[in-house]
Amino acid sequence: MSAAPIDLPRWADTALVPLVSVAAALVVAGLVVLSIGESPLEATALLLKGSLGSLEGLGFTLYYTTNFIFTGLAVAVAFHAGLFNIGGEGQATIAGIFAAIACLWLAPLPGILLVPLAILAAAAGGALWAFIPGYLQATRGSHVVITTIMFNFIAATLIVYLLVEVMGKTGSMQPETPDFPKQAVLTPIHELLGAFGLKLPSTPLNTSFLLALASLVAVWALIYRSRLGYAIRTVGANPRAAAYAGISPARIIMVAMAISGALAGGLAVNEAMGVQHRLVLDFTAGYGFVGIAVALMGRGHPVGVSLAALLFGVLYQGGAELSFDKPTITRDMVVVIGGIVILFAGALDGLFRRLVATLLSSVARKPA
Amino acid sequence: MTSLPPAIALIGISKAFGPVKANKDVSLTIAAGSIHGIVGENGAGKSTLMSILYGFYEADSGEIRVRGEPRRIRSSSDAIAAGIGMVHQHFMLVEPLSVVENIVLGAEGGALLKGGIAKARVELARLSQEYGLAIDPDAIVGELSVGLQQRVEILKALYRGAEVLILDEPTAVLTPAEADQLFELLRALKAQGKTVILITHKLREIMAVTDRVSVMRRGEMVAHVETNRTSPAELAEAMVGRRVLLRVEKSPRQRGAPVLEAAGLTVIDERGCETLRDASLTLHEGEIVGIAGVAGNGQSELLDVLAGLTQPARGVIRLGGKILNAADRNPANLRRLGLMHIPEDRLRTGLVTAFAAAENAILGYHDDPAFGRGPFLSPTLIEQHARAGMQDYDVRPVDPGLKTAKFSGGNQQKIVLAREIERAPKVLLVGQPTRGVDIGAIEFIHRRLIALRDAGVAILLVSVELEEVMALSDRILALCGGQITGEREATTTDERDLGLLMAGVSERAA
Ligand SMILES: Nc1ncnc2c1ncn2[C@@H]1O[C@H](COP(=O)(O)OP(=O)(O)OP(=O)(O)O)[C@@H](O)[C@H]1O
Ligand SMILES: [Mg+2]
Repeated sequence: MSAAPIDLPRWADTALVPLVSVAAALVVAGLVVLSIGESPLEATALLLKGSLGSLEGLGFTLYYTTNFIFTGLAVAVAFHAGLFNIGGEGQATIAGIFAAIACLWLAPLPGILLVPLAILAAAAGGALWAFIPGYLQATRGSHVVITTIMFNFIAATLIVYLLVEVMGKTGSMQPETPDFPKQAVLTPIHELLGAFGLKLPSTPLNTSFLLALASLVAVWALIYRSRLGYAIRTVGANPRAAAYAGISPARIIMVAMAISGALAGGLAVNEAMGVQHRLVLDFTAGYGFVGIAVALMGRGHPVGVSLAALLFGVLYQGGAELSFDKPTITRDMVVVIGGIVILFAGALDGLFRRLVATLLSSVARKPA
Repeated sequence: MTSLPPAIALIGISKAFGPVKANKDVSLTIAAGSIHGIVGENGAGKSTLMSILYGFYEADSGEIRVRGEPRRIRSSSDAIAAGIGMVHQHFMLVEPLSVVENIVLGAEGGALLKGGIAKARVELARLSQEYGLAIDPDAIVGELSVGLQQRVEILKALYRGAEVLILDEPTAVLTPAEADQLFELLRALKAQGKTVILITHKLREIMAVTDRVSVMRRGEMVAHVETNRTSPAELAEAMVGRRVLLRVEKSPRQRGAPVLEAAGLTVIDERGCETLRDASLTLHEGEIVGIAGVAGNGQSELLDVLAGLTQPARGVIRLGGKILNAADRNPANLRRLGLMHIPEDRLRTGLVTAFAAAENAILGYHDDPAFGRGPFLSPTLIEQHARAGMQDYDVRPVDPGLKTAKFSGGNQQKIVLAREIERAPKVLLVGQPTRGVDIGAIEFIHRRLIALRDAGVAILLVSVELEEVMALSDRILALCGGQITGEREATTTDERDLGLLMAGVSERAA
C-alpha cells in the first residue's frame, strides 16, 4: 500500500542521499574486488592516489570531469523541462562535425575569432541535433527518448560517412580529419599556468574546463534565476499549469532541447579542439550516456552535477591507474565498478531516499 | 448496546512540521456507529489529524485507540488492518482500469489475477446491494463521473474491511445532487454499524448528516458538541473565534460600458461533442454575472474558451470593443489586456505544487518587468510580492519559501486567489471561488469580489453553489447542455425559477 510521502530536508536530499548511495556502491564494488582476491582498501587507495594524488593524475581527472560536466548539464536542463534527453552522444557527434567544419573552413582567421566561432558552431550543431527531436515531440508527439536514441545512430553513421568520404585526411588510413590550424587549438592548462611561471606536468586538461565551469554558473542562472528557466521548470513540473500561465509547452520543449544539445556540444569542444586537435571517429566514447547518471546523481542542480562529474572523473582516471598497477583488476573490472555506482546512485536512488528518511525521522524523535 | 468502546479514540496527539504545530495535544473520541463531523479553518490541522490516523504521518506524541485497544499505526496498511479506510480528496484510482480492477488493486490475493477478480466481483455485488450503491464493475474508472469515482473509492475501502471511514472534504468536488447521494450512502453505512468521520467546510452538510461535531482551531480541539444542540452560526464562531457574516452585503451596482462580449461561441471537444453551443453573453464594467447550471453543462468550457485555454469552433469574442482573433486569444496576451482567470481546478491548473509559494505567486506573470531585470527574475522582489499577498489573504503560515504542497488545501487556494485578484484586472473570470476554503475566508473572498465590482471590474462567476451565485451576482445566466437557456436579474429570480432554466425548460420553448 501507499506509504508516507518521502519528505527530506534540502541538504539531505542534495548531499546525504547521494553520499549514502555512493558509499553503498563502494561497499558492493569492494566486495567485487574482494571476490577476485584483491584488497578493496588497497584498490581504493590506488584509485584515489591515481586520480588525486599527483598533479598529473589531477589534470587527467579534471579533463574527464570537463566532459561529464557538459554531458551532465545537458541531461539536467532537459530534465527540468520534463524531458529525457539520451541523445548526448549524437548531439556531441554533430557538434564535433560542425566544429571541425568551422576550424577547417575558417582556417585563415586569427585564433581570437576562430576559437569562439568554432565553439559557437559546436553549440549550434548540438542544438540542432537536439532541436529536431524536440520539434517532433512538440508538434507530432514522438517521444524524445525514442527519437534521441535514433538520432544517436544517425549521427554515428553520418560521421563515418563524412570522415571516410568527405572530410577525411587525404592519404590517411584513419577515419579522421586533417589537423586543425594551430590557432584553433584550445590552450592546455599546463601551458596557460606555465606562462605565470607555474610548472605543471603535461595533461589533456585545457581551457574548455573553464568553459565547463562557466556553463555550470550559466545553467544555474538560467534554471533558477531567469524567466526562461521559470518557464522551463513550470512545463517540467505541471504542463497544465504552464498552459494556464500562458507558457507554451511546445515552445519550451524545443528551446530546452536545443539548450541541452548545445551543452552536449561542449564534449566535442573539449575532445576535438582541446585534446585531439582534429575530428576522429568515436570521440564521444560513451561520455554522453554517463551524463545521464551524472545528472541523476546531481539531482539536476549544477552543484550536484559538478560533484557527480568530479566523482566520475576520479573513477575514470583512478580506474585507469588502478588497472595499470594491478593487472588482476582489468579495465573491464573498472567499468563494472563504474556501473555499480551508476546503478546505486541513479537507479536505486528511491531506495536510499526512503532509508535516509527513516533514519532522519528516528534520529529526530530521540531527543524528544 | 451498552457502552460499546468508542470506534476511535485519539489521546493527546501532537504533530509539528518544523516550526508549524499542526496538531497540539488533540484528543478526540468517535462513538462507534456514528457520523462525526470535523470543522475548522484552513490550516487548523484537520487533514493532518486524519493523516495520522491513517498512517501517512506518525504523531510526535499521543496515542491512538481503535475499539478501546491501543494501536500503532505507522502506515496505511496498518490502518487498513485496524479497519480504517480513507477517501482522499484527490482520488487514488487508476483511470484506465475497470472498477473491479481498481477495487482489488493492492489486495489481489495472489500472483494470478483471476481468482482475486472473481472474488471481488461477488463481494462487490454484495456491497452494492447492501448499501444501494449501483455501479457497473466493468466500467472504466476514467470514464465515470466524479461522484461515481468517489463511490469506487468508498467501495475500495469497504472491500478492505473498513469499519471506520474517513472522508476529507468529499463534497468539494461534487454537485449538490451528487452530495445528496453521498449523504444517503453515509446514512446507509451508519445503519449497518459503520463509523464515519467527515471533514467539510460546509456547515449545512454538518447539520444535515452528522451526530456530533468537533471544532478545530489553530491545531487545537476547541469544542465537541451534539449536532442537534448547535447551529451554523455557533459553529462558525467557534471555528473563527469571532462572529462571521454568513450573508453577502452589497450595494446596487453601478453598471458601466460593456467590456467582454461573446457572440455565438461554440466549443467542440476532442471527441467531437459540442460542449458549448452558440453561447452569447456580455459583461459590463462594475457587475457580477453568475452562471447557474448543474456541473458539466458547459461552465468549464465557457471559462476555458474565454480565458484562451481552448479555441472556439465558431464565434466572436470582443474585449474592450476590439475583436480578438485566434492569435490574440492566448492566456499570456489576455492577461496583458487585463483579463485574469481563477481556474476551477486550482490545485492542478492554477498551481505548481512542487514550487515554493513565492514562485506560485508569479505564475502567469513571470514576464512582468516588476519581478526582475531583463531576462532575470529577482528572488527578493518575488518574495516581497508573495509575502504581501499572503498576509493580505491570511495564508498560513506566511512563509513564501515553503513548498506549496505543504500548505493546507484551503491555503493553497488562497495563494491563487491572492495572485489573480490583486493584479487589478479589468475582467475577472472566477471558477468556484470558495471551493475548499473556510467560512471566514468565504466571507473575505465575497467581500473582495464585491469590492472589485464596485471598483468597476467585470466579473464572470461560475460556482456549483447556487446559493453563492444568487448571493453575489447582479445578473444570472443559466446553462444547460452547453446552451444558455435564460437570463435573469438577480433581484427578480429565485431558486425555483433558476432550477427550471437549469433543467433546460427555457422561456422561449415554454
Ligand atoms: N508536509 C508538511 N510540511 C510542512 N507543513 C505542513 C505539512 N502538512 C501540513 N502542514 C501545515 O500544517 C498545518 C495544518 O495543515 P492541514 O492540512 O492539517 O490543515 P487543514 O485543517 O486540513 O486545512 P484545510 O481546510 O485548508 O484543508 C498547516 O499550517 C500546513 O501548512
Ligand atoms: Mg485539509
